[in-house]
Parts: sequence; C-alpha cells; structure tokens
Amino acid sequence: MTWLALVLLTLGALTGCGAPAFGAGAAPPTGAAPADALRVAPPLAEARRILHVLNRVGFGPRPGDVERVRAVGLEAWIDRQLHPETIDDRATERALAELASIRLSIPEALREYPRPDPGLREKVQNGEMTRAEMMETYPPEKRPFRIAAELQAAKTLRAVESERQLQEVMVDFWFNHFNVFAEKGDVRWYVAAYERDVIRPNALGRFPDLVRASARHPAMLFYLDNWLSARPGFTVPVGPNKGRKAGLNENYARELMELHTLGVDGGYTQTDVTEVARAFTGWSIDRPQVEGRFVFRPRMHDTGEKVVLGHRIPAGGGQDDGERVLEILTHHPATARFIATKLVRRFVADTPPPALVARVAATYLKTEGDIRAMLRAIFSSPEFYGEDAYRAKVKKPFEFVASAVRALGATVDAQAAFGLARASAEIGEPLYQAQPPTGYPDRAEAWVTSGALLARMNFALALASGRYPRVTVDPGALVAGADPRSPDAVLDRLLAVLVAGQTSAETRAVLAAQLTNPEITRLSPDDRGPANTDVAKLAALVLGSPEFQRR
Amino acid sequence: MNRRIFLKSGACSLVALAGPPRFLVRTAAADARGKVLVAVFQRGAVDGLSMIVPYGDPAYATARPTIALKPPKRGEGDRALDLDGFFAMHPALAPLVPLWENRSLAVVHACGSPDTTRSHFDAQDYMESGTPGVKATPDGWLARAVKTLPAKPAPFRAVALGRALPRALQGDAGAIAMQSIDRFDMRAADTTARGGFEALYARSVSDVLSGTGYQTFEAMKMLQSANASRIPPANGAEYPRGQFGEAMRQVAQLIKANVGLEVAFADTQGWDTHVGQGAEQGQLAARLREFAGALAAFAQDLGDRMADVVVLTMSEFGRTVGENGNRGTDHGHATAMLALGGAVRGGRVYGRWPGLVREQRFEDRDLAVTTDFRTLFSEVAARHLGIPSAPLFPGWKASQPPLGLFA
Repeated sequence: MTWLALVLLTLGALTGCGAPAFGAGAAPPTGAAPADALRVAPPLAEARRILHVLNRVGFGPRPGDVERVRAVGLEAWIDRQLHPETIDDRATERALAELASIRLSIPEALREYPRPDPGLREKVQNGEMTRAEMMETYPPEKRPFRIAAELQAAKTLRAVESERQLQEVMVDFWFNHFNVFAEKGDVRWYVAAYERDVIRPNALGRFPDLVRASARHPAMLFYLDNWLSARPGFTVPVGPNKGRKAGLNENYARELMELHTLGVDGGYTQTDVTEVARAFTGWSIDRPQVEGRFVFRPRMHDTGEKVVLGHRIPAGGGQDDGERVLEILTHHPATARFIATKLVRRFVADTPPPALVARVAATYLKTEGDIRAMLRAIFSSPEFYGEDAYRAKVKKPFEFVASAVRALGATVDAQAAFGLARASAEIGEPLYQAQPPTGYPDRAEAWVTSGALLARMNFALALASGRYPRVTVDPGALVAGADPRSPDAVLDRLLAVLVAGQTSAETRAVLAAQLTNPEITRLSPDDRGPANTDVAKLAALVLGSPEFQRR
Repeated sequence: MNRRIFLKSGACSLVALAGPPRFLVRTAAADARGKVLVAVFQRGAVDGLSMIVPYGDPAYATARPTIALKPPKRGEGDRALDLDGFFAMHPALAPLVPLWENRSLAVVHACGSPDTTRSHFDAQDYMESGTPGVKATPDGWLARAVKTLPAKPAPFRAVALGRALPRALQGDAGAIAMQSIDRFDMRAADTTARGGFEALYARSVSDVLSGTGYQTFEAMKMLQSANASRIPPANGAEYPRGQFGEAMRQVAQLIKANVGLEVAFADTQGWDTHVGQGAEQGQLAARLREFAGALAAFAQDLGDRMADVVVLTMSEFGRTVGENGNRGTDHGHATAMLALGGAVRGGRVYGRWPGLVREQRFEDRDLAVTTDFRTLFSEVAARHLGIPSAPLFPGWKASQPPLGLFA
C-alpha cells in the first residue's frame, strides 16, 4: 500500500467520526477503516484536516489557502512541499534581495562588517569619546550585529511569504537541533553562512549529511569550542597566541552525542565523551577573523588509538578519526530513535506517541537517515491525523507571529520583517539568539508564561489594527462578501478566513457576545441598526485567542 | 501542585470576573511581611578576584600584571577598598561599603560548582537546575523552593524580571516572567479588547493556555489594584540607569505592593571579560558600578523591610587567576557571591581561601572551589525561607559544615 492510499484511508476513517468540538478528546481512529469510510468527506471535516496540515507542515494558512489546497488535493500538496525545488518561489527571492548580507561568504562578511576597534570602545568607557562620536566613526549599517539582524528578517520574511513552507519549517527545526548562538564571538560572522550552507541544503535531505556539514562548519567549531581543542600538552607554535598552552575541550564531543545524535540517554559514557573529543582534535578554523574556513591541524591532533562506543579507531587516522566517529554515531539505533522522537514531537505532539516514534526510527535505519522518508512516515500516520494531535501543539513565538501575519493576508517586505522579528523576540524567541546548545524548546511549557501571553495578545492587537510599520492589513478585504450590516455574518466570514471556521462553540459565543459592544459594532447614525463592525478588533481577538496559539 | 491549587481556587471566582480579585489581595496581604528571596544572576562569569580582591595573597598582583587592583591605602582613592586586611572590594563597589559596615552584607569567596565545565551554558544550567553534571533535571532549584513553601493562592509568589522564565524558576511553580511591570498590561486604547481576551481565556482553567491566561489577568488586576508600578523609590534611593537597576527597582515595587512575592529573579549581563577588562576603571568597573548601585539602591529603597529580604548573587563560574594575552581573563572555576539583608551576619568574608599560588589553583590556572554553591544556596533557603535542602538539591549530600551565614 502506498503512503498516499494510507492517508486516504485514515482520513476517511476520521471524517466518519463527524466533527467533534475542539478539545472534545475523541479517541483517534484505530483498526481498519470500514469500506464506506471512503465516501466523500463532509466539507467541514475536510477543512479541519486541511487546516491541520497547513498549520503543521507550514506556518499556517493565508486567506484562500484552504481552498487552494482543496483544489490540488491534500496529498498532492504535501508531496510538493516535500520537494521544494519543484515550487516556484522567485517572489520570495526578490523580496529578499535587499538583505545583502545573507548572501555573503564568510571572508566577505568579515571584510564588510569589520569588528569594532577596541580602542574606540575603551575611549567611550573612559569618557574620552561620546557614544555618538563613536557611532559616527563606526556606523550601525557596517556593524556585525547587522548580519544577524538581516538573517532574522530573512527568516521571518520566508516564513510569511515563501511557498516552500515545509522547507522553512525544517530549516527552523534543524537550526534549533544544530543550534549556534549568533552572539558568541566570531559566530556573528559565520551564522548566515551556516544556515545557508549547512542547514538549508540538507533540511529535507539525509540526516548524516547534516551532521557532517555542521561538524566542519566554523560556526559550530567556534560555538562549541572544538576549534581550540588540542592534544594534551600542545603549545601554539606560531601566531598571536604563540607559546600558549592548549588541551582537550570536550564541549563539542559531548553535545554531538547528547544533542545532535544519540540523545542524553543514548548510552554513552564520560569515557566516550573524552574519546570522541580526542578524535576531533585538530578540527579547527583557518584564520577565524579573516578566512573563517575549516582546517585540519595535524599538530593539534591526538594521534593515538580511540575507542568510541566499543568501536576501535586505530592510531594514526588523522582527520578521518572524526569522520569515523560521525559514521558510528549516525548509524546508531539510539540516533534513529532520538531524531524520530524530535521529529514526531515537532509534527504530532509534545509527548510523542511511541508506536509512531518506533516506525519513524525504523525508517531512519532503513533509509540511512532520509529525512523526506521519515516525514512521509509521519504525514501518512494515523497519529498525525488523530484527534489527539489536532491543535495539540502550542506555537512557538516565531510560529505564532508568522501564522498571524499569514492569517491576516498581510503584505510585508524586508523592512517590515525586521519589526516582526522583534515581535518574536518580545514574545520570547529572539531569533538566532538561543544561547544554550539545545536551541529553542519545542514544548508548550517553555512558551506559556504570563508575560509572553500578554505579549501575544498585544501583538495581535497591534498587528490587526495596522500598527506594525510596513505591514499592510486590509480588514475590509478579509470579510469581503459578508453583509457589513450583519455583525454575525461578518464574524462568521472572519472565522472562516482566519481559522477555516474551526472554533469551539465557547469561543464563537464569546466573540458573538462582543458584537453587541458598541466599540465593536458601531450603530448607524439613526441608531436603527448596526452599520459597521470593527473587523480589526475582532480579528485581534481571534488571533489572541487560545485556539490560535495552537497549531 | 501549588499551581493547581491556585487554579482551582481561581475557578471558583470565575463568576465574578468583572470585579477585582479581592480574595487574592486579602490572602496576600495577610502574608504581607513574608520572607522574600531575590536571586541575582551575573551571566557570563564574573571575575570574583576583581570584585572581591584578595590583595593579601602574595600571588595576586604578580598573576595580573596589568589588571590587578592597587591594594587599599588609607586616604587614597581609586584603589581597592579594604574589608578585613586580606580582602578588599573593587572601588566601583563603593555603594556597598555602608552595607558591609552595618553588617548586612556578607561575601562568600571561592564559591562555585563541583562540575569542572568551563562552558557558560552548561555551568548556568547546572547552577540553575541545582544539579551539577546532570542536564536532564526538568525543573529549577528556585521552582522547587517555591513548591516546598506552604501553598498560597497568589499569582506573584515567584517572579522573574526578564523575557523568559529562567531555568531556575522553570517547573510547575506558577512562576511569572515579565519584562517590566509597566508593560505587564493590555496596551489597548479601550477596554473592549481586554474584556474580550479575558472572556476567551476564562472558559477552562484545566488547559495550560487558559490556566496561564486566567493567571495573567488576575496578576494584571492585582498589579493595578496594588498600583505597583506607581510606587516610587523610598528613602531617597536612586537606581542606576540600565536593565539591572530597572529590574531591582521593580522587584522592590512588587515587595512594597504586598502582592505575596516570595522568590524574585533578576539577570545582569556582560561579565564575560576576555579582552580589556580594566582595573580600577574600565569595562568591568562600569559593570560593577551598575551592579553595586542597583543593590545599594534596592536596600535603601526597602529600608526596614530588608529584614525580611535576602539578596543572593551568583555567577556560573569565575575567571582565570592569571590575565590572558588580551588584558582580560578566560573562563575559570570559583568566584565570589554576595548575600545581603535578612538575618545575614554580614561584614565577613566566608569560606576557606584556597590560595592563588600555581599549585594551589584548580588545574594550575583557576581559583579552586572550596564552597559548593549548594552549601550557600541551601543555607539561604533553609535559614531565610525555612526550606530543607533535600528537595532543592536532589542527589546532593553536604560534604562541608554550614557557613554559619545567619544569626
């Protein structure tokens, strides 16, 4: 049976259940679907399914997306998303044009955005120079922080505008998995290249390629200090640090196993950490502030034999020691399980269903870590389409911001994206600024705090009422076709556009109750009937509602 | 557990949503003079040797040719300020001298983690989870502290001033994170949106979003009825400008507003002085000036109320004994931590001094740890908040006697 057929069967079984209210907790379908379950699905249930897929596979629907997906067919749409190279995305590329730094090579970035002259900073500290005077000699548009700022804007613009939605979801996912912190030292100059050259090309490719590419990228080498890791007793022979002693640094070795591959319970020991660190000695960065590219330094390398997870790596392997370690780790069943768990957590639920994790892990082992195959296994699973999964995930702040802009059908440009990226930061997710190597968490409890929830509601209000610079929202267009004198019709149209009509009875009732508020529904001059409905305010309520915080 | 109790009692009052949460105000007010712990995290690893200078150690000055502080000399300014004939304060900490002299400020030196990591994030994670070497610990030590305290239906028991909930307060303790009291508000020109949102989040407290949403509106109302953001600094206290001064000013507001605060958390950044850290003046001095100014203003602002409040400062590790090739210091091991207020027996430097001579150092380079941070933290929690150490630091057995920090 093909996976598409399985989806159809599963979907058929689901639609047979009718459309239970949000949170009703109906059991997921089990067992074989009855033959009559293949009849045409009622529109509402289908809309719910399409909404679910748009919210999970992408950053949520734009006005009209549900209809568009219905027209091409859900399976066909998912299949295209799995092959982003077949999707025309030139409009997004054009919009990204003015964010020039995201296209620079590392040496170019180091040249174009020179580091601050330490003398200038000292002068400001000592009061010999004012901050304003320093700004003049060193304008903001030439400062290194600009690289991360443009990358933030690019990420936001892509999440909102790109037709390759799954690609963007996976770039975000893998960046967090292989996190680097944009504000740690030289990572500032490396981070854009890291996402572009390591994460993006492999986001739907093979997992071992991702591990290999990240292991030798200067951003990762710097972030987790491996570039300084050396055999014990090593003395720097030349350069500005000549004579300095260096030794083993376990930082990368530990995170490679704990966070990138095996997982914290993956069965490695402290001895394995030390052995892996020894294997990676010499994996370094060539002239980090001028060239910033991978180099293997034989003199830093520990040439002795290593034993990693029971595998013997003979002495004298040089650079291949590290490659050998990556091979061992990426073929390990613990890695398959760990990656499967994280993928299922992203796409299905905070607590991943074990049976699905097992199936996805098996796919990993069978396909040598083919990400597309693992995603297929998830997107064709009954767990993915089960009631338990529906709106089970709380959106991260970035997901929330992108989905709200998309829901309103707002048009944005690169300049607008800077402001929207700041909104994500205000709600708790400053992009590329997760300091710990775990990246940003993918569980509800990390994001649901009082301050963050208020920030979400405030963002919804500001966005819907057009207070975000260069984000154009047209509330009238959202409800076009609905009779403006009938507040109920306006509300229904709005709910249809923003959430495919999928709200609980309670939410619908609360929103309907707002319609009697004169602030929402203004009366006609003769007071004889409603004349106008404040669509922006209603839309803000929908975007700030509990349901919209979920995907 | 406590959070659930709060939410349950919250559900009873749903019928009276429009009114102010009077029962909350009353309960909190009854405990108005409860004890408060304020945790301050110096992120980036503060150089404890410049903050509290061991000028009496013969190896100090030689290890730091350009960044050692000049030893104290009576009648001469711009030098370290003597504490006890061996240790001295950085001159930028001058605002703290009166607190040292009136014995409300104590120093614990050579304090840190038994874990040897020199990674900022690992060390911060370990210090905040309270479990060195164990990353899988789901909650933070301050969250566990709040959960150990008697249940209290107040939304402001644990508050972090900052963008996200710090690791130390993560866990099921109902802690609130906010960037500022002033901005903890619905920014809408009219009340429609506020009422609408409140109604949307009121319908079910069993759901994490609705539960937090309900808590948010309760907290917002409580802040407004207590008028917390309008409470001015008292006793002529002047907070330094900047993020940390702002955070401490707001913690004081929450304490004075009697909203039931028990644990507060504030961050201060910029301690990672690898390059050009300076001596009496310079980069580190500027950071210390803001740090001390904020702590001193906080103590002055609270006045007598400081008898119920302890401020505990911490940092993930210290810095190398020797200065590096860039007139800075690299990641080290032990550092100095401060305890201020409450029944702290101040005016003393606690802890055994390990010495700075090379063979006395940790791995030949760093100040050795002679006081496990958990010894200090658990003593503050036990003596100030009345919390036994076992649930706070799972898997830990004290290997040294208490410091005797409290009267």
